[in-house]
Amino acid sequence: MSYFGNISHAVRTTRKGLALTIRYFFSARKKRKKEWVGENNYFEKAEGTFTVQYPKEEIPVPDHGRYKLHNEIDDCIVCDKCAKICPVDCIEIEPVRAKEVFGKTSDGTSLRIHAAKFDIDMSKCCFCGLCTVVCPTECLTMTNEYDYSTHDILDHNFSFSKMTEKEIDEKKKEFEEYQSQKVVSAPPKSDAVKSVAKMPVIKKPGAKPVFKPRPIPKKK
Amino acid sequence: MLTFVFYLFFLLIFVVFAVYAERKTAAFIQNRLGPMEVGPKGILQTIADLLKMLQKEDIRAGAVDLGPFLIAPFIVFTAVFAGFSVLPLNQELSGSDASGGLFLLIAIISLDVIGILIAGWASNNKYSLFGAMRSVAQIISYEIPLGLAILCVVIITGTLDLQETSLLQTGNGIIRWNIVQHPVLIIPFLIFFVAGLAESNRTPFDLPESESELIGGYHTEYSGFRWGIFMLSEYGMMLLLSMLGTILFFGGWNSPLPNIVGVELFEMTSGPVWGSFWLLSKALLLIFIQMWVRWTLPRLRVDQLMSLSWKYLTPLSLLMLFICGMWKFWLIS
Repeated sequence: MSYFGNISHAVRTTRKGLALTIRYFFSARKKRKKEWVGENNYFEKAEGTFTVQYPKEEIPVPDHGRYKLHNEIDDCIVCDKCAKICPVDCIEIEPVRAKEVFGKTSDGTSLRIHAAKFDIDMSKCCFCGLCTVVCPTECLTMTNEYDYSTHDILDHNFSFSKMTEKEIDEKKKEFEEYQSQKVVSAPPKSDAVKSVAKMPVIKKPGAKPVFKPRPIPKKK
Repeated sequence: MLTFVFYLFFLLIFVVFAVYAERKTAAFIQNRLGPMEVGPKGILQTIADLLKMLQKEDIRAGAVDLGPFLIAPFIVFTAVFAGFSVLPLNQELSGSDASGGLFLLIAIISLDVIGILIAGWASNNKYSLFGAMRSVAQIISYEIPLGLAILCVVIITGTLDLQETSLLQTGNGIIRWNIVQHPVLIIPFLIFFVAGLAESNRTPFDLPESESELIGGYHTEYSGFRWGIFMLSEYGMMLLLSMLGTILFFGGWNSPLPNIVGVELFEMTSGPVWGSFWLLSKALLLIFIQMWVRWTLPRLRVDQLMSLSWKYLTPLSLLMLFICGMWKFWLIS
């Protein structure tokens, strides 16, 4: 660029830059609305200060967001489906069977099993949401609470069972007694059951071999 | 003497709020909020920072040259602050009566480069030395366009006394200001402003400090109170040059309001208190422009810095000196 070209370029670009920054300076009188990214025309509303002063203000989370799990234990029938489907095994359930139906959930399902332990370890959770999908009584849900970081990782293990040790022992004993009575008073097994047991076992065709990872050759 | 005491306290208070203003300006330009926690809207943030800074240990690294290392920040501050001695504050408080006041000011503030060089060299650290070298090269280069731009004003006003320069601009508000009365001074003012930015080591000419490449430049090894003195000198230099610019080009302590037929606005807004108010508010406006420039332009490269001074500003200011001489000729005849 020529000597005078440099000068005019410098003057033009400086003027443009200064005009741009002063526009931003004055637009700082406005504040951006606290909206999440899914709102209409989100990217067009870029004027004004951007900062979210977090503990004081929050950006609302979407309704279908997947954050902390919550189990409404009164509605839980302890079916163990959630623990089975969980890909990372973060739900631990210890069921204690009751001798009879001891209550109803809010949607009318009968309660037959006590939850002696219903622990969800949120530090293991991968937030896939599968457990909430399989839950038959919809007692396991994902809340919109996302700020639950703690100093101790063990505090991420949330316990939902309301039963005390004493109650658990009581219920266990109750069921054992009931079971032993049942064995005593059980009717003799019928022949039909025996014949079924003697039927030739049909072998299913073998399933495809499960995938096995290739052994990784050791580096020399 | 009174102006000197006033400026000392004013400088200390000014620095506290200028740092806050700087951070807020930066934040607003970048769509942020800036300090918000300490006090209402974060206004006490700098005071909290200041208390923290004063409590810090005065670290002296093992390899530093202790004597010069300890004394350097005070040389810088003394040199900058001595410049305030010749500044008038209002009609009655004229500062030091040196008839060559302007010359003294320019001579004495260029001494701060010695302090910066001592600080960088005595730190015995390559980054500090780089910073100090750049600072020396930069300040010496930009002294020339700065001096020539000031000389343009001196040719037209015919005095080196800053109080007399202000008095020459008295009467009828903005119309009497040098830059309005003598429009040839617009370009010298721009040169003065750019060179002033370089003199006070402000972005886009903050190569001596350039925190992103030289850590902190010449004050890398300093901490606590001594580092605070460097900070104080930098802001002091900004204030000094803004006030000098105000006095030379924008009427000093004179009110900008002209007398409109029937209403004596100028006389109503003149007086010792009004004078101080006008001088300081004009200077603070110039400081805002300095901050605005800082958050707009990126830092120059060393060779760009040198070529801007020697190839562009110096020839232009020589040309303007000639034009101002012609202007004065035309005024006399």
